[in-house]
Amino acid sequence: MIELTDIHKAFNEGQPNEYWALRGIDLNIAAGQVTALSGPSGSGKTTLLTLLGCLSRPTRGRVRLKAQDVSGLPERFLTDIRRQTFGFVFQQFNLIRGLSALDNVMLPAYPLGLPHRELRDKAEAQLAALDLGHRRDARVEWLSGGEQQRVAIARALINSPEVVIADEPTANLDTALSKQFMTILERLLDEGRTVLLTSHDPLVVESAVVATVVRLRDGKLVEAQMLFQPAIIALLLASLLSAWRCLPPQPLSPRN
Amino acid sequence: MKLWIAKQRYLADFTLASLARRKTKNLGLLLVFSLLVFVLASVMLFTSALRHEATQVLASSPEVILQRMVAGRHDLIPPGYIERIGRIRGVQKTAGRLWGYYYDPVVKANYTFLGLTEDAPASGRIKVGNGLARYRGVQAGNVLSFRSYSGKLFSFTVDAVLPADSELISADLVLLAEADFRAFFDYPAAHWTDITLSVANPQEVRTVAQKLANALPDSRPILRDEVLRTYQSIFDWREGIVLALLSAAILAFAILAWDKASGLSAEEKREIGILKAIGWETGDVIRMKLWEGLLISLTAFLAGYIAAYVHVFHFSAALFEPVLKGWAVLYPRFTLAPVIDGLQIATLFFFTVLPYAVAVLVPIWRASVTDPDAVMRA
Amino acid sequence: MLAAAAPFAAQLIRHWNIASGSELQLRLERRTYLFSTLTAVVFAAQILALLLTVFNADHMAVMFVGAMCAVGTLNANAWGFPMLYGQIAVFFLAAAWLTLNHVDNQAPDYPLVRVKYVLLIALLPVVAAVGWLQLRYFLNLRADVITSCCGSLFSNDSQTLASEASGMEAKPAILLFYGTLGFAIFANALHAGLKQRWTGAFAALASVAGFIAAMIGILSFISLYVYEHPHHHCPFCLLKPEYGYQGYLLYLPLFAATAAGIGAGILQPFVRHPSLTGPATATASRLAVFAMMGFALFATIATVMVLHSNLILLGA
Ligand SMILES: Nc1ncnc2c1ncn2[C@@H]1O[C@H](COP(=O)(O)OP(=O)(O)OP(=O)(O)O)[C@@H](O)[C@H]1O
Ligand SMILES: [Mg+2]
Repeated sequence: MIELTDIHKAFNEGQPNEYWALRGIDLNIAAGQVTALSGPSGSGKTTLLTLLGCLSRPTRGRVRLKAQDVSGLPERFLTDIRRQTFGFVFQQFNLIRGLSALDNVMLPAYPLGLPHRELRDKAEAQLAALDLGHRRDARVEWLSGGEQQRVAIARALINSPEVVIADEPTANLDTALSKQFMTILERLLDEGRTVLLTSHDPLVVESAVVATVVRLRDGKLVEAQMLFQPAIIALLLASLLSAWRCLPPQPLSPRN
Repeated sequence: MKLWIAKQRYLADFTLASLARRKTKNLGLLLVFSLLVFVLASVMLFTSALRHEATQVLASSPEVILQRMVAGRHDLIPPGYIERIGRIRGVQKTAGRLWGYYYDPVVKANYTFLGLTEDAPASGRIKVGNGLARYRGVQAGNVLSFRSYSGKLFSFTVDAVLPADSELISADLVLLAEADFRAFFDYPAAHWTDITLSVANPQEVRTVAQKLANALPDSRPILRDEVLRTYQSIFDWREGIVLALLSAAILAFAILAWDKASGLSAEEKREIGILKAIGWETGDVIRMKLWEGLLISLTAFLAGYIAAYVHVFHFSAALFEPVLKGWAVLYPRFTLAPVIDGLQIATLFFFTVLPYAVAVLVPIWRASVTDPDAVMRA
Repeated sequence: MLAAAAPFAAQLIRHWNIASGSELQLRLERRTYLFSTLTAVVFAAQILALLLTVFNADHMAVMFVGAMCAVGTLNANAWGFPMLYGQIAVFFLAAAWLTLNHVDNQAPDYPLVRVKYVLLIALLPVVAAVGWLQLRYFLNLRADVITSCCGSLFSNDSQTLASEASGMEAKPAILLFYGTLGFAIFANALHAGLKQRWTGAFAALASVAGFIAAMIGILSFISLYVYEHPHHHCPFCLLKPEYGYQGYLLYLPLFAATAAGIGAGILQPFVRHPSLTGPATATASRLAVFAMMGFALFATIATVMVLHSNLILLGA
């Protein structure tokens, strides 16, 4: 669905503090799956996510969204595509304080100019589906963390996007709420949406819902075949053997 | 088109909500803006009302007034002078006028006495201006006494108080019969203060004036149009000076607006970042911000203009009183006839809202081009 | 302010490269938002300034010997009328630029960016010249100058452009008026229907002709009918309250229609561009429809005014 070829992204290009956050990424995101980006802090996960979500443009390389090249599109058109295709859930939730939950959910649709009644109904339906119907008129700063995240999810879904993008969705949640988030993820999958997220959280990365994990380091993919290079295979075998001896047997996950 | 309107409605809605959320910040700006409009509008309304009054007064005055000059000073018209003018082509009517000033020690004010030959009050009766009536506390039917310059006491019955629609000019007026006027001032018989000529065709006024100046070299014809023009330029000049002074204020205000607009709070910046990330386009943010500016400036404009209107026409420009008080003791509490004209509003709009719009434009644009991915990195 | 923008526009022309994802390109793209907003503001200000000039001139008429309305004031020195013409020109130029901008913004590769910013820089001297004319005009106002007013300016024996126009006999003027307006309506309708390049250019030319014919018509006979006075040819007194602000009814559709017609034409050189064909064609035909309706509305209003008048110019 989204296809990246040789993506580079530089910050402060041409200046002394030039920094290449991404250096040659080739990646294919499949539709209808949950894909997780993981890697150490500063490895470029968020940067890659903004490129996938049409929030920014690559310095070099191609981004194809459903076979359309979007890497050269000006912001005006990129925004249009983004609005129709992607919904975003941010780490800090980024709700607008002082507005009610309902207003916050309706915000992404304002530039579309739908009839007010219709938009309101849609927003109320989204909130109700996330068990927030009773809180719709509350100002967002009065909501609990979990409720805020659900408002943020409802907001991401208001324009019925095909892809939902979440940056560190569980970083601000405790285990119970993180699990609740995972159930919501399943629901999104059932609805046929594609989900892209970044996470450090093993609860997320190792969850069965996540179909693909993309690992990053220093702006490059930690390539899958690297795992089968002899040295690494030897290392892996060694650790597996030692684990085998100490621990009860565990099934080897087919991932990576 | 419908879509466009719906979009603008959403943007305006959001703007209203966000203005309401930041009341204190916007209130200050609103207040300064309204104040500026208020002062500018007061000056404009006031001068234009004065100009209007003057035009009205002059509209009913004769086209040409002829004064006799002796040693460069205005002197009485001697007997036989009117006859010497004779008939001039284009002049419909020639008549002598009687008027003079009277100082009233009771209220320490000057009145203008006008002796009428036509439509005059009966002997022993007068009509008085509004200001005078108020100061002396008289109504129609009362008796009013003046001690003349020769020391004799004259009593007149007040026939009527003149209507107040043009109080600025008629406030200190006393109308009385010709004979009463001559008796009161011991005015020499058959002399006049000046001569009025009415000329029907405006094109001929100058020719008539030329002929008068030729026939009576010791006279000075005064043309109504000249007076009108002089008045206008005096008023315009005054207004111009005041406005020039205030242009500094406009500039200061523009700087303030620029500063306010560019000094976005962290909260506002965050909001714009969020809006852009969730799918608002730079143009949408600019339009939203322009709505904000429009709402603020229109509110301020309306508030300031209405306040100025009330100030000038209901409180008689009370704040300008210290500046204008020198005119006459009777000055306070005259009410001006309300005049509003489109030009004035358009000018005021041009000089207040436009500088504001221009001043906030660049800051607005700067705020709206934040990276859409900025919120991801917060 | 536009002058301050010039270097930025120049930079934009030099460094524009839509294919690049560099930060410079991003900055340039964002700058285009500023320019289009700026031009829109200049455009709005120009409308207001045009009104103000006419109003103000009218208002100051009393200060000039011989001036009875705006014409007299504008004639008080040599700069008045050039200033007015300049302002009208800026109005139409800004409208044309905004049309181009609107269409260009619908094509993802912004094919007209260079054209637009070259035009914007070309527009600067015009705006500056108009500003200079304004300055000259107001600084050179002398209240004691005897000026000529509509009576003499638009009377038959003086030799100005305006007098040529107003001195026209009523009958040919009426023929010219309806003929050219009909032509403009037809040309715009043709373009709305055929959507060809030549019809677009044709529509723009016809719109300009329609504008000129309309002005001649206003000077030579419509104003006479409105004032009910066989020698009062003034185009400005129409705007006064004495005549019920009828001028606005005339000028609003006329200016809007002319701007739209010109806009339809200005797009034509660019319809061949692959990414512009769709939006440019659609916009041009929409503008043509708009222009057609504007001219028709103008002609109708003018006709109603003439029919309502008690003045009889054309002896039966
Ligand atoms: N606007 C910017 N200007 C300069 N450098 C930036 C900018 N944004 C990101 N970077 C740098 O790019 C690198 C990648 O950043 P990114 O946010 O993608 O990392 P991440 O993998 O999401 O890290 P974390 O797990 O901590 O969120 C970092 O070294 C960061 O400092
Ligand atoms: Mg990150």
